[in-house]
Amino acid sequence: MVEIKDLHKSFGSNLVLDGLSFKVEEAENMVVFGRSGTGKSVLLKCMIRLMEADSGEVYIDCKNVFELDLQELNQLRKNIGFLFQGAALYDSMTVRENLEFPLIRNFDLTRNEMDERVHQALENVSLEEAIDKMPAELSGGMRKRIGLARSIITQPKLMLYDEPTTGLDPITSKEISVLINELQHALKMTSIVVTHDLLCAKIISDRAIVLNDGKIVKEGSINELTSSDDPLLKNFFSDEIIENNVRT
Amino acid sequence: MNSLIKDKDNPVEFSSSLTQFFATIAGLSIFSLRFFKDVFLPPYEFGEIKKHMDELGIKTMPIVTVTGFIIGLVIAMQSQPIMKKFGAESFLPSMVALSVVRELGPVITALIFAGRVSSGIGAELGSMRVTEQIDAMEVSGVNPFRYLVATRMFATTFILPILTVYVIFISLIGAYIAVVLVQNMTWDYFIDRVIFSVEFGDAIPGVGKTFIFGYIVGLVGCYKGYTATNGTEGVGKASTSSVVVSSLLILIFDMVLVKLTLWIWPTVK
Repeated sequence: MVEIKDLHKSFGSNLVLDGLSFKVEEAENMVVFGRSGTGKSVLLKCMIRLMEADSGEVYIDCKNVFELDLQELNQLRKNIGFLFQGAALYDSMTVRENLEFPLIRNFDLTRNEMDERVHQALENVSLEEAIDKMPAELSGGMRKRIGLARSIITQPKLMLYDEPTTGLDPITSKEISVLINELQHALKMTSIVVTHDLLCAKIISDRAIVLNDGKIVKEGSINELTSSDDPLLKNFFSDEIIENNVRT
Repeated sequence: MNSLIKDKDNPVEFSSSLTQFFATIAGLSIFSLRFFKDVFLPPYEFGEIKKHMDELGIKTMPIVTVTGFIIGLVIAMQSQPIMKKFGAESFLPSMVALSVVRELGPVITALIFAGRVSSGIGAELGSMRVTEQIDAMEVSGVNPFRYLVATRMFATTFILPILTVYVIFISLIGAYIAVVLVQNMTWDYFIDRVIFSVEFGDAIPGVGKTFIFGYIVGLVGCYKGYTATNGTEGVGKASTSSVVVSSLLILIFDMVLVKLTLWIWPTVK
């Protein structure tokens, strides 16, 4: 489903991605760990060309993303959902308009079909009552849920999550993680999740990779990573494990 | 030692400002080309254009009404004693009309429009950029340039001439009130003198150049907002620099267009 080959990206002299290569199989949920500034969000943005990579190749559905023209890229993007760190809801639109926005412009749906999709998406995130609210009236957790609803409303094959639980309290974080996991299984999507949240990763992931200095330093299941003797991983996960124990 | 460091640093700062200046010019040119490439292609966002015309144009009316009225009133009040001194009071309507139609109406309306609209567009798009809303639009397969930028630029280009005609009319009312306060003149006579003195070569270039001013306001506001970086600080900078750059460009283009107008219509009174 997704294959990344030798991806490089730097900002001036700061090398952020240094020859990154990995594969994600269909319906697999992969988590990307790493300290702040290791290029996790940059990786997601390069994958769908929100940022241009310096070199390398990204294949999604066997198509080399970097070789697509704008029209082909937009066509591909219709099958990709992206949950941004701050949800990125359109401030000037109601929740309904936010959800309808990609449908109106990408699909030839009748009014009834559109209403049905909007209600279904809101039901999936348990926020039907928020349909006519403005984003400013929603809490952080609600915004994330609506952001998730907007991402899945187009029924994407691939979901990219950029720190889906950052800035939320532990209970809401867990709720969002469980929700993501349920939707992943219900809609049979492939997903790549960038997160610091070990609990979120445990709930969602089939496999995880750890980035350091723009490279993958370890790959495996969450249990393999957390029980590793590698000093870097021990150091990285120690705080997360303490926090996780406090939560559970 | 400090002065040495300063001397050493100044050329760098100067070179950086110069680079930024040329980068802005290049950025505006590319943005402009992209606008002409995108604006004629479907899907057409008529709903958005109408919304922006209302938001950016109709809501600017109160401030331009007050300004237009005061400009007309003040010009007439200031000029009346001088005209009286030369025994040319009857030329007052013509003088006010020509000043307002050819220069003051278009330029002052454009500058007010730039102050209100360009900064608003810069702040709105800048905030959408830093909160990743523009990225979200792009990811959903929608062309954010066409949806956010082309619609706003189209709206500003066509709403400013309408506002300008309105301001000219309001200014003439202001001028008439000032005239009536000090001398006996009927509205019919006042308007008759205005129509008599204002020719095609005065009105068309005067109002015509506001299409370009409106385009500049939309272009600069959209460019500054769309390319904003560095969080809320960047949004503030985008908003402020939108007003500064668009006001400056309006005045520079006005100078060029006046020269061009006099070249095309050399017989203009």
